[in-house]
Amino acid sequence: MTDARHAVRKTGRHQAKANRQLLYKRVESMKVVKIDKKKWDQGLAALKGVYRIFSPVKMKDAFEFKALEENENPDLGGLNTRLSAKGLIYPQTEAMFTYTLDESREDHHIMSPVETDYSPRAVIGLRPCDADAFLLVQRNFDTPQYKDPYWIDAYEATTIVGLACENPCSTCFCTSAGSGPFNETGLDVLMVETKDGYILKSVTPKGESLIAASGWNDEISPEEAQKQIEPLKTAAEQKISSVVETDQLKNKDAMTIYNAPFWDDVAFACINCGTCTFVCPTCWCFDIQDETHKTEGVRMRNWDSCMFPLFTLHGSGHNPRGEKVQRVRQRFMHKLKYYVDKYNDGIQCVGCGRCVRACPVNIDIRKVCSLMNQPENATCAAQS
Amino acid sequence: MQNPYLPYPVRIDEIITETEDKNLKTFKFVFLNKEDEEKFAYRSGQFAELSVTGKGEIPIGIASSPTEKGFVKFTVNKVGLVSTFLHNMKVGDIMGIRGPLGNSYPWEMLEKGKNVVIIGGGFAFTTLRSSIVYMLDPTNRPKFGDIHVIYGARSPGMLLYRDELAKWEARSDINVHITVDGTDDPGWKYNVGFVPAITEKKAPPADENTYAIICGPPVMIKFTQPVLDKQGYGHHNIIMSLENRMKCGIGICGHCNVGKEFVCKDGPVFTLAQLNRMPREY
Ligand SMILES: Cc1cc2nc3c(=O)[nH]c(=O)nc-3n(C[C@H](O)[C@H](O)[C@H](O)COP(=O)(O)OP(=O)(O)OC[C@H]3O[C@@H](n4cnc5c(N)ncnc54)[C@H](O)[C@@H]3O)c2cc1C
Ligand code: SF4
Ligand code: SF4
Ligand code: FES
Repeated sequence: MTDARHAVRKTGRHQAKANRQLLYKRVESMKVVKIDKKKWDQGLAALKGVYRIFSPVKMKDAFEFKALEENENPDLGGLNTRLSAKGLIYPQTEAMFTYTLDESREDHHIMSPVETDYSPRAVIGLRPCDADAFLLVQRNFDTPQYKDPYWIDAYEATTIVGLACENPCSTCFCTSAGSGPFNETGLDVLMVETKDGYILKSVTPKGESLIAASGWNDEISPEEAQKQIEPLKTAAEQKISSVVETDQLKNKDAMTIYNAPFWDDVAFACINCGTCTFVCPTCWCFDIQDETHKTEGVRMRNWDSCMFPLFTLHGSGHNPRGEKVQRVRQRFMHKLKYYVDKYNDGIQCVGCGRCVRACPVNIDIRKVCSLMNQPENATCAAQS
Repeated sequence: MQNPYLPYPVRIDEIITETEDKNLKTFKFVFLNKEDEEKFAYRSGQFAELSVTGKGEIPIGIASSPTEKGFVKFTVNKVGLVSTFLHNMKVGDIMGIRGPLGNSYPWEMLEKGKNVVIIGGGFAFTTLRSSIVYMLDPTNRPKFGDIHVIYGARSPGMLLYRDELAKWEARSDINVHITVDGTDDPGWKYNVGFVPAITEKKAPPADENTYAIICGPPVMIKFTQPVLDKQGYGHHNIIMSLENRMKCGIGICGHCNVGKEFVCKDGPVFTLAQLNRMPREY
């Protein structure tokens, strides 16, 4: 019985893989194409025949990612999206299993896998920082010991077309966080806006397949592309004015930073709203809940936040992080020290600046990071 | 890809009320699919997520021993949403279990002839029961040196596994010291006193081949640790099992961390030497 369920899930996965392999075959070598603005719609329409497309679209008061309708176009001109792209791979709320409590059914009280659509999808127009964030969180969802099938299947089904960021916000510090406005790691295609259109540069075979499927075939040589991209890249990097030092985080003892004198000051104004964790592309915590309607139900997972007291509350009433300062410290320690120690490959932050922009009381990870990087210099300068 | 969130379906085979306040019940589960029992191969000290369909999952230490075949056992305290619902379920009901999870006590090391001192209080005796049954199995007993058990509860009626305790007490290959905080039962033939006090009197002398495994409520741990310190137990020789609120049990959901360790995946078992270097967020 259980095996049949696993089989259902497998077919879904294999199908998605097979689709992609078909696409791979048509490609011989990595290529770069130029798109005239006039040919944009045509290619997009072709892609919609192969992929479900997700892009930033201007909503009421912010840009957000959404699945494009048939005649809908991405809004690529705006500032970065308010929410990160993480929800495209790891939805804010997601069904894990279904069940029935109806005892006349043979499988009552037994969890059944849900059928999720893992057919090829493409994200067009996310920023390189959000793509890099997927690689940081992949370490959490795809481990040697346990594999999170929901995250992995969604990530595998997705082709990522990143839009080089030519107008970074004042709160961005991606170049200090191991990423950058033209960073290609985590992308399948790098897309650069030029005067009269776009340059699309494939980074992976998945990206090659997407370009092939689009019909955009005005190829240019990699050298020519580089010549056009390089000055734009340098200009963008120069616009990033925030520099954050992270070099000492690794060497410092975790307990020294943990016991440093500045945490009360850092946490003072925080209202524990959790906004910083929801907008963040590298925050991954979730809760699991059963939702039952009459006899039918779904086991769901929902984004959760270490900023909430309930996150750690024991059934006995004891709470290991019952104080606000403990929760604020946890968020920063996780991103800037525990993660650094655990994976030895930089901080769990891509410098997108969303938490800085969204925090109602102006708590700024750049300042906290500087304090943590030099805890011995810290007096109580958190808000200065 | 194996879905690590999918519980194995089980049937409740037996329910035993353990304590006089009826707040602790032992549930014996049988796997609906025989193959699942083999996949659920576990070690003492590990736990599982008990999945009560429609209510949620709770992490509970495995109380049966790997040497006991055909079923798995858990002893559950009635606390909140899921545990209360479980307490009202009946023999024959279907639910799920997911695991085994966590690291376990360090058996590979202990089985090299080490002396083991088990110190337990209240209902935190479940994985300790598993460990005792495991060590007393005739094929395993020769792998260990002396075995001591110090176990206490508020009153005789609050002790878990009373029949087994009495049997172990009568054996010569294990030294069992049962204690209660107090009792007016004139027939009570064991100790009276708190666990730390009994530990002071009965724990064997420290040496590098002697390991203490402690599980109990925070106050018991708080007062037992100085006693062990005084007796000279090194912090590498003191082993503890932590609890934190959990959801996934596999190191992914982020709920249970203490510093960079996840209680669910890197623990729940840590030495005191390890805990000394971690934040006290448990
Ligand atoms: C490794 C480990 C082993 C444990 N072994 C046992 C045992 O053998 N017997 C026993 O009675 N209890 C044990 N517990 C504690 C038990 O998990 C909680 O009492 C139980 O989760 C409470 O759930 P509830 O739904 O009844 O309470 P609620 O307060 O309604 O909790 C809601 C949810 O929060 C989570 N949660 C709440 N408290 C805890 C907690 N202390 N630990 C982990 N998750 C929690 C659970 O997901 C729970 O469903 C153990 C905990 C851990 C971490
Ligand atoms: S911590 Fe802030 S700046 Fe860093 S990735 Fe998250 S939202 Fe962006
Ligand atoms: S957004 Fe600001 S106020 Fe809200 S929880 Fe995060 S740090 Fe605290
Ligand atoms: S319970 Fe999810 S990380 Fe430990």
